Amino acid sequence: MTTYDEQSLAELLALLPPAPTAWVRAAQELPLLDKGLGELLERVEADAEFKRRLIADLETALEAEGYDADPAIVDALRARLEDA
Amino acid sequence: MNEPPSSDAALVARCRAGEQAAWNELVERFSRYVYAIAVRGFRLSDADAEDVFQEVFARTYEHLDRLRDDTAIRPWLAQTTRRCCIDRIRASGREEPTELELGTDEGEELIARLDEAMDVRAALDELPEHCREILDGFFACDESYRTIGDRLGLPAGTIASRISRCLAKMRELLEGRKVSSAASGELR
Repeated sequence: MTTYDEQSLAELLALLPPAPTAWVRAAQELPLLDKGLGELLERVEADAEFKRRLIADLETALEAEGYDADPAIVDALRARLEDA
Repeated sequence: MNEPPSSDAALVARCRAGEQAAWNELVERFSRYVYAIAVRGFRLSDADAEDVFQEVFARTYEHLDRLRDDTAIRPWLAQTTRRCCIDRIRASGREEPTELELGTDEGEELIARLDEAMDVRAALDELPEHCREILDGFFACDESYRTIGDRLGLPAGTIASRISRCLAKMRELLEGRKVSSAASGELR
C-alpha cells in the first residue's frame, strides 16, 4: 500500500505539468470539426473581412452569413478569435 | 471539499452519447498524462509532441464506440500514446532509444508513477479551490510564491504555510480513501 508524505505528494504533483492550452483546446474541438467548426475556421483563415465581422459581433455575423451554428461551435470559435 | 469527479467509465459513456462537455472534460482530465508520456517518457520535441497529442485524442474519439472496457480508458490512452510516440520517432529517423520504447522495467515504472500522479491529481480535484490553485501552481506549473499570491490576492509570505496545510489536507484525503477501501475489502 502506498504511503504519502508531503515530499512524495509534491513529487507526484510535479510529474504532471499542464499541456499547452492551445493543444488542449484543439483536441477538445475535434468533435466539432465535422459539425461546421472546421469549415468556419478555414473561412476565417481565408477571409479577413469575415474574420473582422466575427470579432466585432460573432452571433450577428454568423446569422448574417446564414450559419445556424451549434452553441458549442460558437463558444469554440469565440475562444479561437480571442486568441487571434 | 468538492464532490469527487465522475468516474472515467461514466465520462466515457457521456462522450459516447455525444456530450461535448464530457469530451472537453475527458481531454482536460487526461491531457497532462498524454503530454507527460510524450515529453517526459519519450523526450519528444514540442512539434512532435503536439502531433502525437492530437493524434492520440483523434484516435480516442474515433474509437470511443469500440472500447472494450470503459474503465480502462487510462491504460488505453497510455498504450496509444506510446504507439504514437514510437511511430513518430521512427518516422523522424531518430536513433537514440528511450526507456519507454524499449519496454524496459524503467518504462513500466514511469507509467506506474504517472498513474499514481493521476490518482493524486484526482484527489487534488476534491480539495478546496484555493488549495488546488496553490498546489497546482507551485508544483505542477512551477509558479513563484509571488505569482500565486498575486493571482489569489494573498501575501506571498503566506503561500509557503498554505502549501503545507493544503498538502496535509490532501494527505488526509488520500489516507482516508485507503482506510475506507481497506474496510470495504474486509467486508467482502
